[in-house]
Amino acid sequence: MLSIKNLHATIDGKEILRGINLDIKPGEVHAIMGPNGAGKSTLANVLTGRPGYEVTEGSVIFNGKELLELAPEERAGEGLFLSFQYPVEIPGLSTTNFVKTAVNEVRKYRGQEPLDAVAFLKLIKEKMALMEINQSLLSRSLNEGFSGGEKKRNEIFQMAMLEPKLAILDETDSGLDIDAIRVVSNGVNKIKSSENAVLAITHYQRLLDYIVPDFVHVLYNGKIVKSGPKELALELEEKGYDFIKAELGELQGA
Amino acid sequence: MDTPIFLKEQFEKLQAQETSELTGFRQQAFQNLEQYGIPTLKHEEWRYTRVNTLFNKDYEVNNNTGLTWEQLSDNRLPGYQDANELVFVNGVFNPSLSNLLSADLEVLPLNEAAAVYKNIVDTYLGHSADYLKDGINALSSAFVHGGVFIQVKRSKAVEHPVYIYNVAVATDVNVLAQPRSLVYLQQNAQLTITETNITLGSQQSFTNKVMEIVLEQDANLSYYLIQNDSTNASQVSTTHIRHIGTSYSKAVTVSLDGALVRNNLNIILEAPHCESHMYGLSLLSGTTHVDNHTIVDNRQPDCLSNELYKGLFDGNSTGVFNGKIFVQQIAQKTNAFQSNKNILLSDGASVNTKPQLEIFADNVKCSHGCTIGQLDEEALFYLQSRGITENSAKAMLLHGFAIDVLDNITNEAIKKYVDVIISKRLNFDLETI
Ligand SMILES: Nc1ncnc2c1ncn2[C@@H]1O[C@H](COP(=O)(O)OP(=O)(O)O)[C@@H](O)[C@H]1O
Ligand SMILES: [Mg+2]
Repeated sequence: MLSIKNLHATIDGKEILRGINLDIKPGEVHAIMGPNGAGKSTLANVLTGRPGYEVTEGSVIFNGKELLELAPEERAGEGLFLSFQYPVEIPGLSTTNFVKTAVNEVRKYRGQEPLDAVAFLKLIKEKMALMEINQSLLSRSLNEGFSGGEKKRNEIFQMAMLEPKLAILDETDSGLDIDAIRVVSNGVNKIKSSENAVLAITHYQRLLDYIVPDFVHVLYNGKIVKSGPKELALELEEKGYDFIKAELGELQGA
Repeated sequence: MDTPIFLKEQFEKLQAQETSELTGFRQQAFQNLEQYGIPTLKHEEWRYTRVNTLFNKDYEVNNNTGLTWEQLSDNRLPGYQDANELVFVNGVFNPSLSNLLSADLEVLPLNEAAAVYKNIVDTYLGHSADYLKDGINALSSAFVHGGVFIQVKRSKAVEHPVYIYNVAVATDVNVLAQPRSLVYLQQNAQLTITETNITLGSQQSFTNKVMEIVLEQDANLSYYLIQNDSTNASQVSTTHIRHIGTSYSKAVTVSLDGALVRNNLNIILEAPHCESHMYGLSLLSGTTHVDNHTIVDNRQPDCLSNELYKGLFDGNSTGVFNGKIFVQQIAQKTNAFQSNKNILLSDGASVNTKPQLEIFADNVKCSHGCTIGQLDEEALFYLQSRGITENSAKAMLLHGFAIDVLDNITNEAIKKYVDVIISKRLNFDLETI
């Protein structure tokens, strides 16, 4: 589904991603862990097409298409979704109106008819229940004055509405208490199927108790330096990232 | 600059023609006009607005025409069937075009009111001159003629909104129109006013409007000013609101089109615990110039004022925002908030913004802030990442920026009317939502 080959990217001429390789197949859950500043968000941003990054080398194939040549909205149409680490506040635009426009634009991209009012209402009710979100939150300006937990639930709510093929979750757990993590993870797990995939970026192992990964990758200094089964996350939690640094030091020393 | 000759001639003519309680008032104002002169860019309050250039030509001051509603039908405000409509033609109140539905709304020619309600008119007419010491305000007073007095009696809530149309008929000649009104809300009275300007014809029009409003205790006023006149139309719109008792006011100014537009909104808080909200939206293109000058004068303790002005400037349009807040020494525990946010949509557009706080009390909460920027890139990417095309995303963001102000218009018909105009201008599809 997604195939990243030797991806290099810079911001303001500074190289942040330094040769990423990653393959994700339908039905899989991948976790990317790594210390602050490793380049985790940069990877998510480059994949979704945020302006300001320059890809200097490598390629990304998503569903057989050159992902990096598509506009951000086309990537969404192809089925890519990013749950933002810091969701943006937008005054004067209600979440309902925003989501309705997004759903119908994505449907249009996919050659589907727009949802009529009745079908939309049914869909939104179902997803609201899933994410334990109430109507009053949806009528408010998008993310404006939302608590951290509300913002993240709203992100996963949007994911549920858009039904992406690949969802990237950038630190969706950070700043959330355990109840909120449970709601958010439950939402992700309900949407999960053998047809779609999840790339969960996180700092802590805790999220992975709820969203159980098939693979764990350690991103460090712009590269994936180690990959393994879900137990790797536990090892990282236990030993901290220093153990990776030490391991790398040994490798470099040898 | 010196008083133009045509104004002197017109003034002499008016004084000779119409003798009333207001003759002396006009004479005094004309002396002020001579003393102040028409302001040039050298005048501190007119630094960015070349109002003097409007006097490079002569105007007819009053040439009442046989206007009919058919000629105005394109510009009639929605919801008019349920509104009290007051029409000024070239600055003169026109009773035959006007249409009063509410028994609780008293409307009298100003010169009659000057006799019937002598006390009120003597006390309150012309108070704006204390705050606007310039030839433009004096010009209005020097030509007070054909004005109206609007009154709502104690505890009456006027259910039907008041729509005021300032019509300038500039079909054959340049027109100077000076509509003048004094609005008095007695204790616990309620009124909603929507005001708009319409210029007919392709000659130049200059509307110099002054509306002075007085609010007694527990009075409640909502005031909406919708400016969408043609590009040959200039106006100075002065709205002067005195809270003489603990009372509430809300003013929303929406500027969409015109040549040179200057708005003076003065809020004078003369009783404790008053509350005043002021909102503004400019959405401009072409060479339209809109200057919003606001004054909030806190003269008693415990008042709250909240001000939010936003601007979207495209083409070669220019905006000015000047927000003054005075807190007099006695006005402890004043809460005064002010915010001015602007987005420049083109290289040719510009805006000047200046907050001005003069605080003489020590226990007050005041805040002000202004921003001038482009569209928020983060927000744009956020919407695009959800599948919304760049153009729709931009339109949605700009519409959201504007609707934040329009949401304060509680007359739904008027809000919708403005929303349709701005959505069209921003290529925002209202049908999608
Ligand atoms: N807009 C930016 N401009 C310059 N440097 C940036 C920018 N965004 C991120 N960086 C730098 O790129 C590196 C990786 O950041 P990021 O991808 O956010 O890390 P992570 O998500 O793993 O914590 C950091 O060193 C950070 O300082
Ligand atoms: Mg990050």
